[in-house]
Amino acid sequence: MSKSNFSRRGVLKTGAIAGAGLALPTYLRAEAHAGFTNAPGDSEVILGFNVPQTGPYADEGADELRAYELAVEHLNGGGDGGMLNTFSSKVLDGTGILGREVKYVTGDTQTKSDAARASARSMIEKDGAIMITGGSSSGVAVAVQALCQEAGVIFMAGLTHSNDTTGKDKRANGFRHFFNSYMTGAALAPVLAANYGTDRKAYHLTADYNWGYTTEEAIRSSTEAMGWETVNAVKTPLTQTDFSSYIAPVLNSGADVLVLNHYGGNMVNSLTNAVQFGLREAMANGQNFEIVVPLYSRLMARGAGANVKGIFGSTNWHWSLQDEGSKAFVQSFGTKYGFPPSQAAHTTYVQTLLYADAVTRAGSFNPCAVAEALEDYEFDGLGNGKTLYRGDDHQCFKDVLVVKGKENPENEFDLLEIVEVTPVDQVTYDPNHPQFQGGALGTCNPGA
Amino acid sequence: MDQFILQILNGLDKGSAYALIALGLTLIFGTLGVVNFAHGALFMLGAFCAVTVSKLLTLSHKVVDDTRTDFLGNPMQVDVPYLHDWFGPAMGDKLIDWAVPLSILFAIPVMICIGFIMERGLIKHFYKRPHADQILVTFGLAIVIQEVIKYYYGANPIPTPAPSAFKGSFDFGVLIGFDVNAIIYPYWRLVYFFFSLVVIGAVFAFLQFTTFGMVVRAGMADRETVGLLGIDIDKRFTIMFGIAAAVAGLAGVMYVPINPPNYHMGMDFLVLSFVVVVVGGMGSLPGAVAAGFLLGILESFASTSWAVSNLPGINQVIIYLVAIIILLTRPRGLMGRKGVMEE
Repeated sequence: MSKSNFSRRGVLKTGAIAGAGLALPTYLRAEAHAGFTNAPGDSEVILGFNVPQTGPYADEGADELRAYELAVEHLNGGGDGGMLNTFSSKVLDGTGILGREVKYVTGDTQTKSDAARASARSMIEKDGAIMITGGSSSGVAVAVQALCQEAGVIFMAGLTHSNDTTGKDKRANGFRHFFNSYMTGAALAPVLAANYGTDRKAYHLTADYNWGYTTEEAIRSSTEAMGWETVNAVKTPLTQTDFSSYIAPVLNSGADVLVLNHYGGNMVNSLTNAVQFGLREAMANGQNFEIVVPLYSRLMARGAGANVKGIFGSTNWHWSLQDEGSKAFVQSFGTKYGFPPSQAAHTTYVQTLLYADAVTRAGSFNPCAVAEALEDYEFDGLGNGKTLYRGDDHQCFKDVLVVKGKENPENEFDLLEIVEVTPVDQVTYDPNHPQFQGGALGTCNPGA
Repeated sequence: MDQFILQILNGLDKGSAYALIALGLTLIFGTLGVVNFAHGALFMLGAFCAVTVSKLLTLSHKVVDDTRTDFLGNPMQVDVPYLHDWFGPAMGDKLIDWAVPLSILFAIPVMICIGFIMERGLIKHFYKRPHADQILVTFGLAIVIQEVIKYYYGANPIPTPAPSAFKGSFDFGVLIGFDVNAIIYPYWRLVYFFFSLVVIGAVFAFLQFTTFGMVVRAGMADRETVGLLGIDIDKRFTIMFGIAAAVAGLAGVMYVPINPPNYHMGMDFLVLSFVVVVVGGMGSLPGAVAAGFLLGILESFASTSWAVSNLPGINQVIIYLVAIIILLTRPRGLMGRKGVMEE
C-alpha cells in the first residue's frame, strides 16, 4: 500500500499561500524588483484609458476613446502617423514605446469619482497598466490623480478645466495638457471688454461644484479687473434640468450680461432657457443684453443647437485650426471616423503621445524618470503652437482659443468660429497665484 | 409683486409636466394597483418620439456641391431633405419647422402600443406580487429603456426646437401694467401649459362622460363587483395603461423645446412625480393634478435667489419637505380617499 506524501493540512496550507500570492496586486509582486509599479515585459506595454463610457458624458468619452485608439495605432506604426509627423520631438518611430508594442485596457468612469477610482485601480492592479489617462470631469480627474499618486503610476489627465487639478489638488505623478479656468478668464475678458465695453454688469449662474467655483472666480476677477461689476452670483444644483426659475429674475436684476458657468447638460439647458426667455433680444441699461459661456465644447454646442450663435466662450483646441499639427490630426481622425475630432479627443491623443515621447526620451518606464522628462519640457507641432509642461505644477502653457457660436454654420460640425488665438504669455500665471494656492506637488512616487 | 407673478408662471409650466406624469401614474395605480417606476421612461420615450419625427422629416440625400469643401478638403456633400423634393423647399421647411406639434399624431398610437406591450408583456405578471417587486421590475425596465435610447440616440441632448412662430418670449408684465422686462415669459411654455390643461381635461372628460370611463371608475372603486357583473375589467384596465402611457408620452413630446431631451430626462421627473402622487393622494386623479401644479409653483419659489440665499439648499428639498409634512399630518394626501395609506 503506497503512502502519499501529501497531507490534507499541507495541501491546504500550500493552497492558501499560493492563493494569497496570486491575490496580491500586481504592483506588489512579480515586478517589484524593477523598482516601480507594473514594469512592462520585453514585448508589450499596457496603457489604461479611463473614460466615461456610460453616463451623461458618454459621447465625449467615446470621442476620447477614438483618439486613444488612433494614438495607439500611430505609436505602433499604423495609419498615416498623424501628429507623429508634425511633433517637434522625433524620438517616436512607430515601433511602440521603447520597442514594446502598445496595448491598452479601458475603464468606465461613469463621470463618478468613486467609479473612476475603482476602474483605474482595476486597470492598475489587475491589468498591469503603467499609465492611466482620461476623464471628462474635474472631480474625476482629481480623484484618479490622487489614486495614481498612491499607486505609483503616471496620470495624464483628459478633459479637466478646474484650477484645482493643477492647483490645490496637484500631484507629482499627475500631468494636465488641457487649459484651466484661470486661462479662460485671462483670455476671454479682454475679448469681452473689446466687444461689449467695460461698463457692464454681470450676473453669474454657477454650477454648484468644484469646477463651477473656480470658473466663476476666474471670470469674475478677470472681468472685474476690466471694469465690469458683478451684481449677483447664484449657485445652481448640478442636477438641475430646468433653469427658468434662475433665469427669469436676471433681466430685472440690473445686469446686462449673463455668465453661465455651466458645462455639459447644465450648459445646454441653461443656455436654451436663457434664449427662450428672450435674453438675446433684450435691452438692459441701454445696451444689448449678452450671454457668455466660459467653457465651450463642440459636442455640447451641438446639444444647444442654434442657441449658441454669437455667444463667446473659450476652448482648448478646435478642428478648424490651420497649423500643421491640427491639420494632420483632423486628417487622420476624420479619415478613420468620418467626422472631425473634439477638443476632448485632441487633448487625450496629445497626452498619449507626450507620455510615449517622455518614456522614450527618459529611456525608462519608471514614473519618476517619465515625470522628470515631462517637467519643463517644451514642444511644438501638437496643435496649440509652442507649449511648455511647467515643472512647478505639471500644467501645460500654450495659446488659448476664444471662440464664438457661428452665425451661419455650413455643416453640423461647423458650430464655433475662432475669434482670437490668445498668446500663451497672456494666460501664464505665477505658480503661487491666489487661485492656485494650497496643496503641494509633493514628490514622485514610483510605487512598488 | 412682479417676481411673485413671474414665479407662479414658471411654476405653472413645471407643474404642467408634473401633473401630466402624475396623472398617468395615478391612473395606473388606481386601476391596476401597480407602482410604475417606468413611467418616467414613458415620458422620455414620448420626447424621443418628437426627436424621431424630427429626424424622419429631415431624412436627406446627399448632393455634391463642388463650390464648397468639407472639413477634410473634399467636395462638400450637402444634405437635401426628401421633403424638399416632394413638396418644394418652402412647404418642406414648414413641415420640418412644425415637427414637434406633428409628433403628437405619431406619439399617440406609438405610446399606446408601448403601454399595451409593457402591460401585457411584463407588468401583468406582477399584479399579485408585493409593491416592492413591482417597483424593482419597473425600475429595471426603466433602465433598460434608457440604455436602448442611449444606444440609438447617444448620451448628449438633442436640440428639437419649437416652431418658429412660438420661439422667443413676450412681455407679460406690460400686459398687466408692470414695467418693461419685469415679467418675460416664453411663448412655448404658455403653449405647454394650455396643452397640459387640454390633455388633463380630455382624460377627465373621457372618464366622466363615456360608458367606458364609467366602467373604469367603477372598477377603480370596486374591481371585484364590476367583475362579477360580467365585465372584462382587465381588458379595460389594459387600455387605461395604454392611455396613461400616451399621456406621459404627450407630456414628453411637447416638453422637448423647453429642454433638449436626453436619455436620462425621465429619471429627473420620476421621483418628483411620485412625490406629487403621494401629496395629491394615492389614486386620486384631481389630487395628482392639483399637487402637480402646487409643487411646481412651490419649487419655482424655492429656486429664487432670495430663497436660496436665505435658506441654502431649499430648492432641492422643498418638495420632499412638503411631502413629509403632508404624510405626517394627512397620510392619505390632499385629496386621497379615506383609508388609503392610512392603514
